[in-house]
Amino acid sequence: MSVSLRRSLSVAALALGLTLTGPAAAIPEIQTWETANGAKVLFVEAPDLPMLDLRVVFDAGSARDAGHSGLAAMTANMLTQGAGDWDADAIAERMESVGASLEASALRDMAFVASRSLTRGPALETALATFTKVLSEPRFADPDLERLRQNTLTGLRQEEQDPGTVAQKALYREIYGDHPYAGTPNGTPEGVIALTRDDLAAFHRQYYVASNAVVAMVGAITRAQAEAIANRVTAGLPIGERAAAPPEVPALAAAKAERIDFTSSQTHILIGQPGMRRGDPDYFPLYVGNHVLGGNGLVSLLMEEVREKRGLSYSVYSYFLPMRADGPFLMGLQTKNDQADQARDVLLATLRAFIDAGPSEKELTAAKKNITGGFPLRIAGNAKLVQYLAVIGFYGLPLDYLDRFTDRVEAVTAEQIRDAFARRLHPDRLAVVNVGARPGTVAKQGD
Amino acid sequence: MFRTLTALALLAPLAVHAASKVHELTLDNGLKVVVKEDRRAPVVTSQVWYRIGSSYEYGGLTGVSHVLEHMMFKGTAKHPPGEFSRIVAENGGDDNAFTGRDYTAYYQNLAKDRLAVAFELEADRMRNLALPPAEFDKELAVVQEERRLRTDDDPQALTYERFNAVAYAASPYRNPVIGWEGDLAELKVEDLRNWYRLWYAPNNATLVVVGDVDAPAVFDLARKHFGTLKAEQVSAAKRRPEPPQPGEQRIRVKAPAKEPYLIMGYKATALGQPDTEEWEPYALEMLASILDGGSSTRLSRELVRGAQVAAEAGASYSAFTRLPGMLVMDGTPAKGHDIGDLERALQAQIQRLKDEPVGEAELERIRTQLIANKVYELDSVYAQAMQIGTLEATGLGWPLLDEYVDRLSAITPAQVQAVARKYLIDDNLTVAVLDPQPLAGDTATHAAKAGAVPHVR
Repeated sequence: MSVSLRRSLSVAALALGLTLTGPAAAIPEIQTWETANGAKVLFVEAPDLPMLDLRVVFDAGSARDAGHSGLAAMTANMLTQGAGDWDADAIAERMESVGASLEASALRDMAFVASRSLTRGPALETALATFTKVLSEPRFADPDLERLRQNTLTGLRQEEQDPGTVAQKALYREIYGDHPYAGTPNGTPEGVIALTRDDLAAFHRQYYVASNAVVAMVGAITRAQAEAIANRVTAGLPIGERAAAPPEVPALAAAKAERIDFTSSQTHILIGQPGMRRGDPDYFPLYVGNHVLGGNGLVSLLMEEVREKRGLSYSVYSYFLPMRADGPFLMGLQTKNDQADQARDVLLATLRAFIDAGPSEKELTAAKKNITGGFPLRIAGNAKLVQYLAVIGFYGLPLDYLDRFTDRVEAVTAEQIRDAFARRLHPDRLAVVNVGARPGTVAKQGD
Repeated sequence: MFRTLTALALLAPLAVHAASKVHELTLDNGLKVVVKEDRRAPVVTSQVWYRIGSSYEYGGLTGVSHVLEHMMFKGTAKHPPGEFSRIVAENGGDDNAFTGRDYTAYYQNLAKDRLAVAFELEADRMRNLALPPAEFDKELAVVQEERRLRTDDDPQALTYERFNAVAYAASPYRNPVIGWEGDLAELKVEDLRNWYRLWYAPNNATLVVVGDVDAPAVFDLARKHFGTLKAEQVSAAKRRPEPPQPGEQRIRVKAPAKEPYLIMGYKATALGQPDTEEWEPYALEMLASILDGGSSTRLSRELVRGAQVAAEAGASYSAFTRLPGMLVMDGTPAKGHDIGDLERALQAQIQRLKDEPVGEAELERIRTQLIANKVYELDSVYAQAMQIGTLEATGLGWPLLDEYVDRLSAITPAQVQAVARKYLIDDNLTVAVLDPQPLAGDTATHAAKAGAVPHVR
């Protein structure tokens, strides 16, 4: 098998006039500086296509809600609903009349405002003028707030009709307890009902400030243009202060189990615990190890045990979501209700076996080949690259993060993975969430 | 691994770029190879598109194309089950597949020097699939879980499935891509074997390669791997034309849910259909963009923000389908409004399109977005290959890539008005309403207040 593969590879290389030294991915050069008022900037010059991706991120995610559930998300969502002299119609019309896009939203750690525009003609000028106002002079007008509030409440009710979303929310509650990561960015109905214009304005004043911002840009502009653009879009932001680090995440003291009865044909099973943060010393062993366990799409131990061998679930996965404080380690699947216990047992047994034994050398080699060989795909395209820049800037990762990525993956050993998983994952102290119907309690459609 | 709204990718305009270099070659066995060189990054996407999908299926066999797509990862004599994905992964690639109404496609995204890996595997499974019965039993169970996940437990998806089944009387677009539950339960591995023999052949496929490659070298590589495969006698699928609709059709879908949902669809036409002027599908595309081509267009501006009758509202249409489809609108009422209010508001939008020519500024904004999107789409080799593949699989052909934006841009306000008057009439309309039923944990009072009938437990 592998012999015939190697042969065909070398033939391909000849046919394509290539060598077999592997993809020499051109790692883009990241330039960085600070704006006049102290916002961090990361920029990659990409001259091939006449367009600019601009993404400004703030440490202003729902972790900053501080008792006002849904505040960060509502603030971000309201930015595009009116700014300066323009209402929502005018903002939308200005951007779309030059073929530009504009999006603002909040996650748990970060809030972002992102735009894509052409760099030629009047397009860039119109897009930047609009972007700048949206960032620094949002109106937060009461009628718009009222409309978004009601539509957010409708959205929250729709989330309640989706068993996967219900399970995800429950798992975060179980993992994080009183920690700010416990909440969901869109908030609770009670929190959203209570939000006021003053809450939004105060939140914006505190967190949408230059010291708390990272400007990421990828596009067909020069360094000089990039400097001018970064200064321009942040000019209306006060210097302000960087948000304090979120509190440490305590480990779970004991196993937790939550069962939610739901009128569905499947049970969604989610299992998790606090995982790791960005820049974590165990990042690479945990990342590569998880790639073997359940991180690599169609090829992983979980996929093999749950889907390929037993046909129990369409999707099964595990991941670490590194954040400023410890983000979650999470594994999940969905299976018809009467198989739920069996599927959960397979999930847990696969995790325990992996913690005990770690990856085989063969599995580790395969995972490394996938990650390093696929590296060019991860950074191909301005859309992907601008997100990497924002993450590198936001989490203070080293600027050579992309350059060193494949070497650091290659350096991971099976022993390091065993060691890291043994120290960081605790199979006796996991949160387990089941959302579904007890077997026999839900009539089938049409009955 | 399937997409129902296959054409949504094409609602956004197609890439035409002076710089686009598309090369085509047809091998002796009928396999068409289409290559687009894009040297921005050292990567390549390889996609094999078969002209087979749910719209080729008939009664009792719904879902067979999609189950076969799953089984294409279950090995050949040379490669045991699961080996395809393992090999692609070890070469740093990712792979997957999707089934639509008009096509089934398989792709690998790879570093540019690994293209031969994809070709060897795809050539092998084009004619030599093993279809082991034991693997079939497990994979069918996986597909049944996929159906529960994507449709049965998703009230909006369930409403959409039933909407199509009511809207179309004869057209195979009435069947869900994933198949009806009962048909899946009765599917046999022999059904897949027959389906595979009928449709999986080089003369029923297009190989699309986009990335940092040289077209002549890709053609040589394609000849080497695919050139020896035998062609098959492939007969044209019956068109199963939809009879005229005798009047408006309505359906209520009861499902556990918290919010109601409305779908309204008008039977329309598509490119290349008889009795259709060539400009009509383009005019319908522009009409859909007038309604929902961004946050500045009518549904967002007038229904979500202005009248605040909708919490969300959308419109979609595709000219690029094998058989005629629909112009579909959907939405959720905003607080203080019900489904009836939302339907009346959407009807009023349709009436206005018939009564008044659209404004030149509105059309111009959409044209500008079309042209900008052409540039943006060049950021992804995968998206470019998707467009080529879709046009090939629907029989329209990739050269349309270079004409699409011009055809759309030429549409006049009078033409938009003409297609509104011709197609968006009550007799062409199907309306589906999701009627929320209580979920576990809802109290009886809550259900009664919503005016809902308790769900059978």
